[in-house]
Amino acid sequence: MTLAALLHDKYAVFVWPAYAVTAVIFVWMVADTIARARRWRREAERLEAERTP
Amino acid sequence: MLTALANPHRFMAFSRWAAPLCGALAVLLIAPGLWLGLAAPPDYQQGTTVRIMFVHVPAAWTSMFAYACLGGSSLISLVFRHAIADAAARAAAPLGAGFTLLALITGSLWGRPMWGAWWVWDARLTSVFVLFLLFVGYVALRSAIDDERKAVTPAAILALSGLIVLAIVKLSVECTPILCVNTLHQGESIFRADGPTIAPVFLIPLALMGAGYTFAFGALWLERTRGEVWRRRAEALEVQAAGR
Repeated sequence: MTLAALLHDKYAVFVWPAYAVTAVIFVWMVADTIARARRWRREAERLEAERTP
Repeated sequence: MLTALANPHRFMAFSRWAAPLCGALAVLLIAPGLWLGLAAPPDYQQGTTVRIMFVHVPAAWTSMFAYACLGGSSLISLVFRHAIADAAARAAAPLGAGFTLLALITGSLWGRPMWGAWWVWDARLTSVFVLFLLFVGYVALRSAIDDERKAVTPAAILALSGLIVLAIVKLSVECTPILCVNTLHQGESIFRADGPTIAPVFLIPLALMGAGYTFAFGALWLERTRGEVWRRRAEALEVQAAGR
């Protein structure tokens, strides 16, 4: 099946939003997970550095 | 293995390489799964909406797997008081909510053209919606209790009591001599005693996507648990600094 056929199929209005929602939720989960881990790692390292004389 | 990972240093050393490895495996499985899924022929009944199955079914599997992980971690946390198990439970809940929401939305997008309705209060759909509420409820409960130590027991009890919903989700499409649920949702077509009932052209991309989603959850779970360990470390250091 070609891309044009996939885009113009009668069910495209249901299929593509399903893939779009999947992409959005995956991006949110990946971005939030990485941002959270980095933020707390930096914070712990900063406090650790402040503690050591 | 679990005993070894209960040690925070060992867990951090293990997850440092295991999280990116799981992430890489997820990409390597999802990429061909997506390609084969989009190239699959239309189903004779579902037409091209069969393509929604390749993102919907793995999301539903992963949401159940995530709840099993949440329940397992909560049990270990409650019985053995392992801090890593509690961190893992807390890390699994938002990811589980994400995958369950994905299963609900993509299922709705499939239901509209196939059933003629965005939503029906069917046994499977309702039990998955309750699973979503359990994940959200767990996150809300953890956020509502300021003292981390006081939150462990009620959160673990909530997670463990929710395991019954996991069994209901599984049984909601079963028809056995003991139990037969009358449901609009299609019955089990993959994990059957007599083997899968779907054609290989659909089964292969579905299996690739299912394995890919599982590794993606594994990578995110490990990384989120690492973040949780760092957060607790930072908060402990803050308390120490304030006490000096």
